[in-house]
Amino acid sequence: MSEDNTALSVSHLDVTYRVRGQDRLALRDVSFSIGRGESYGLVGESGSGKSTAALALVRYLPSNGRVSAGTVSINGLDPLSMGPGALRDLRARTVSMVYQEPGRALNPSLRVGRQIAEVFQIAGQSGDDARQSAEQMLRKVQISDPGRVMRRYPHELSGGMAQRAVIAMALAVSPSLLILDEPTTALDATVEAEVLDLVAALRSEFQTSVLFISHNLAVIAKMCDRVGVLYAGELVEQGPAREVFDNPRHPYTVGLLRCIPRRGQRKDTDRLDTIPGFQPTPGQAMTGCVFAPRCALARDKCRTVEPPFFRVSDLRTSRCYFHEQAPDLPRNTPASIPSAGADGAGLAGGAGGADGLGGSLVVVEGLSKTFGGPRAGVRALAGVDLSIQRGETLGLVGESGSGKTTLARVLLGLTAPDQGSVVTLHDTPLSPDARRRPRPVLRALQIVFQNPDSALNRRHTVRALISRPLSRLAGLSGQALRDRLAELIASVRLEDRHLPLRPSQLSGGLKQRVAIARAFGGGPEVVVCDEPTSALDVSVQAAILNLLADLQTTERVTYLFISHDLGLVRYLSDRIVVLYLGRVMEVGPSETVFAGPHHPYTEALFSAVPSLDGERPSRIRLTGEIPSAADPPSGCVFHTRCPRRLPTGMCESTEPPLLEEETGHLIRCHIPLSELRTIQRNESAPSQGGSS
Amino acid sequence: MTDIAADPLEPSATTLGPASAAALAVAARGTPAPWRLLVRRPTFLVGAAVLVFWIVCAIFGHAIAPYNPLAQQLLATNAAPSGAHWFGTDPLGRDVLSRVIVGARSILIIAPLATILGTVLGTALGLAMGYFGGTFDLISGRIVEAVLALPSFIIAFMFLVALGPTTINLVIIIGLVFTPLIARTVRAAVLAERHLDYLSAARLLGENRSRIMFGEILPNVMPAILVEFTVRLGYAVFTVATLSFLGFGVQPPTPDWGADIAANYGNLTAGYWWQVLFPALAIASLVIAVILITDSIEQVLAS
Repeated sequence: MSEDNTALSVSHLDVTYRVRGQDRLALRDVSFSIGRGESYGLVGESGSGKSTAALALVRYLPSNGRVSAGTVSINGLDPLSMGPGALRDLRARTVSMVYQEPGRALNPSLRVGRQIAEVFQIAGQSGDDARQSAEQMLRKVQISDPGRVMRRYPHELSGGMAQRAVIAMALAVSPSLLILDEPTTALDATVEAEVLDLVAALRSEFQTSVLFISHNLAVIAKMCDRVGVLYAGELVEQGPAREVFDNPRHPYTVGLLRCIPRRGQRKDTDRLDTIPGFQPTPGQAMTGCVFAPRCALARDKCRTVEPPFFRVSDLRTSRCYFHEQAPDLPRNTPASIPSAGADGAGLAGGAGGADGLGGSLVVVEGLSKTFGGPRAGVRALAGVDLSIQRGETLGLVGESGSGKTTLARVLLGLTAPDQGSVVTLHDTPLSPDARRRPRPVLRALQIVFQNPDSALNRRHTVRALISRPLSRLAGLSGQALRDRLAELIASVRLEDRHLPLRPSQLSGGLKQRVAIARAFGGGPEVVVCDEPTSALDVSVQAAILNLLADLQTTERVTYLFISHDLGLVRYLSDRIVVLYLGRVMEVGPSETVFAGPHHPYTEALFSAVPSLDGERPSRIRLTGEIPSAADPPSGCVFHTRCPRRLPTGMCESTEPPLLEEETGHLIRCHIPLSELRTIQRNESAPSQGGSS
Repeated sequence: MTDIAADPLEPSATTLGPASAAALAVAARGTPAPWRLLVRRPTFLVGAAVLVFWIVCAIFGHAIAPYNPLAQQLLATNAAPSGAHWFGTDPLGRDVLSRVIVGARSILIIAPLATILGTVLGTALGLAMGYFGGTFDLISGRIVEAVLALPSFIIAFMFLVALGPTTINLVIIIGLVFTPLIARTVRAAVLAERHLDYLSAARLLGENRSRIMFGEILPNVMPAILVEFTVRLGYAVFTVATLSFLGFGVQPPTPDWGADIAANYGNLTAGYWWQVLFPALAIASLVIAVILITDSIEQVLAS
């Protein structure tokens, strides 16, 4: 690529952090280039050096980090050798960055308008001109009422809105390179979809080159022309995004892609593959290929001589001696489900689906929860009816603020519902306060929290954490407790050496295993899994999902699985409940709900999520934010954002009932199922041939 | 929230870039215990050395001191520092060095005991306020604020005048004066823990309130309590010295730094500076030693 056509070129870049007097190589021999107007994705798990790469490019490394070798060229300029003035100029005019947390990128004490205008003022505009330019820019990022947003302080904006404002600032100077570091990770799926669409549109409008950093392969696949896969500070594979994801040629990429549940995969038929071992810590001395210790294809050569880049095709390179065999990488986890309980018994554990499994275990009727007093209160849940069948996995999906977590907490007795709400277990009404629930009820209902750092007491050892439910709930002591403890840690694949450790000494995946062991300690009947893998890396997530599926078979538990990741919900769930503003919009068997026809909200959720399996055929976009639960819209609460709103005005005036449209499939919508089917089929028809 | 959150206790987390911090948190397994980090800090070592010196004086003062601190030498009154009397003598001819050495005892008994009492009471109150919240927190919070609004010295005086300046009274009164301050700090630390899921998890195990407060929350707020303890210890040293300077502390002729300063500061104009300077330096060195230790503990816990 000639210099003129290159917006960014990085060659043989090494970055070193000095930690406690030792140099640790966080990035080594990284080379890539981005053409003008091109979008390049860097994908990798945490600790792979993605953000370090972004920071190094514009010399934002923390004080103990430095570029120890290699060159960077942005628009033909070398930021690494610039003086402070030139560097400031480069950061102001040529490169812009957008980070994960919009809240942290904006100054909380300045109005949004002033912050954006400031960028134009630095570029040389007068105060009034800058103000006008800022307003125009906000319009470009599809903020419908820029004047009002400009007068707001950052904390008064929602996450999506704030990220738009940050993008507006980043694009204000028409930079030639835009670096986006996990720009949508903190956002809801529907908002993420909007922001990604916006970035794509602006990219073509401004002809900006984009460096897009994300851990989410599907987002990269959607947004980028080319992709580089980063592992332990090295670029292991590079090429056109579509080709790399469809036909990976490095064992790490292959393994990573197998960790993600793909269309059609289900827990009862396919197991996710995992990658054995751990990513090496940065700075660890390595000889040979960085991935060799975890690679099933590794031979002696891999462990001694670092592989060079092999040209796979004109546009693709892979740093693997055996890149031709890579697609046939042997699985780490067997693909088939181990028939542990032999025939029949294993199925009864819940894998077989909801039907015929002995009826309702937990029933919720008229469940409401109002926070902050009955008058001006926020209605987090409004009349939820729902039952959880014995042995099934019930998936609970919805945007943040839809009441998912509140529902779980009410079930568990951690949050008291409003008067008149009924929660029963085995047809026995439960006390709203966990403290008043008898021990068998406490045993029966347990939870795996989202964030193990918060869920595990950091001052207790693993042994103490897991033993406690055994003594409190299972009533074990002495030898019996020790035996059960050994059994339990083996079943969550922990080892004896972990027992004396404290949570801070464990990796995220191991911490979550401890949390799972605690939940299973008392022998529960229902385990609520509240986004149990959202804090984990993809390869760790796969192992945890497999573990949950295995435990369901062996311990015969029922799951209430809460997640914003529809791929996971589809993989694990037998039935799905879709919540919006504390109301159930749709309930049904997983495959029926996914296959459609769906409630318009469900449809919007599905089409918002980028997929590795190619673009979804039908795409409807939600605009606007989820309304406040303190002041829900009249009629159907979804009508303010619904793309299928009826022209008759019925949606605005009357709340539709939750009707059983097919067996076990309930939808809360005025549009009859048959009509939804027609609309949704018609729209998806044209592009259906293109996929799969 | 995709990157595995780096543990805030890992020292590497604060010194690194966002992504590598998470990775290096794993590398930092086997991080030295806080205690080992502490003894690497020169400030801590200096502080600890000075403190240990005064503790040794407090315990073995009579054995170390070159003279009997009570022995009057009426032929050598107001003697300037010399080879025989390094710190000189006071108006009664008592050896200032010996009085400074032995004088460490009273302050090193009263200040720590008072601080311990205040910390124990304050911790219990703070835990309860933070954990129960609601009306209990509201009412006890207002009482704590009301107490804090009163000038604590005046209260201390009042009680000391009423009850008499015995060692035990000093300990109790200073301890009670510190209680609301410590309670407020502990309450704030508990509030930071309150929303964490491990407390929900404990409720789901059917743990009772006292187990949750003392078994679950207390170990996590211990660092804050430890820092608060050392801060208050510094203040306690100062308070005890001030009270005895004002005559409400240890009574003469028992050697005591504050009382000795009070007894002799009138002689400064006569040029007998050593009678005041050395006890004052002793107080200052002890306060600074405690502050150095506090600082080091705070930094180690924060890193």
